[in-house]
Amino acid sequence: MCHDGPVSAASPVEVEPDLTPDEVTQLSKPWVTLVWDDPVNLMSYVTYVFRTYFGYDEKKAETLMLQVHREGKSAVSSGTREEMERDVQAMHEYGLWATLEKQ
Amino acid sequence: MSQTGFARHRRSGNIIATFSGFEADLIRSLASQLVELLRNEVAAPNGAMDPLEAMLDFSGPTTEPDDPVLARLFPTAYPDDEEAAAEFRRFTEGALRDNKAARAAAIIDDLEEAGLPPELTRDGMMIDVELDQAGAETWLRSFTDLRLALATRLEVEADDDERWAALSDDDPRSQAHDIYQWVGYLQETLVEALSS
Repeated sequence: MCHDGPVSAASPVEVEPDLTPDEVTQLSKPWVTLVWDDPVNLMSYVTYVFRTYFGYDEKKAETLMLQVHREGKSAVSSGTREEMERDVQAMHEYGLWATLEKQ
Repeated sequence: MSQTGFARHRRSGNIIATFSGFEADLIRSLASQLVELLRNEVAAPNGAMDPLEAMLDFSGPTTEPDDPVLARLFPTAYPDDEEAAAEFRRFTEGALRDNKAARAAAIIDDLEEAGLPPELTRDGMMIDVELDQAGAETWLRSFTDLRLALATRLEVEADDDERWAALSDDDPRSQAHDIYQWVGYLQETLVEALSS
């Protein structure tokens, strides 16, 4: 599970011989969990879920929640496909609308 | 309707709330309907199975449920990959259903243990609910499911206050929307109590 650094916009990754550190990170965490906006879930609840499940601090949890609210979705974690399937399932347990996709 | 909601009890650290008999009965009724909905439709194999038997059972659902409430409670995890979405659903929907039904059932149990009788027969009854951290999180998650169910049935949308304000008070949709908002208020106080 990814706890470090800001969540960046998903972009396609080509395997190139000379990789920057960022690209290496993306290759090792090729999948993302997306949480989508819905008209029902309370902003305070969504923030609470990001804090308790992912262990994010209040500031990061709130930033991600606001991104969901304003932009319609947010990449809340990244990792292997198996890890992201676990995160998506956990988000569904919390009643959040989550999907996963390859970066 | 209760104007106090949930709060953390200073000495015990538990989360407490006081409901009128009518309110407690209403929450129980919503929770029971959710349990019924979750358990009625054909569900995937559950944890009660022998592990080997479960591994060899491929009967989990692979397509989105027909009921819009269930479709919202069990979203499609891979919107652009039907095959992967079916596999994900096969392996997760059964457990999700069981867990959501168990959480709603726990609310019913907690209310009845707090003194809510099977049939509410007299006025003036007050029900004091006291929850530890885990119990409060169970209520918190189940309130989400209840609100998602109500909102889906009511077709709630973002910024639709005018639509509800325009309905007359005796319109059943207006009453259901009031209940939806009340559960939202309770949930707000519950998040706050849990974070304090």
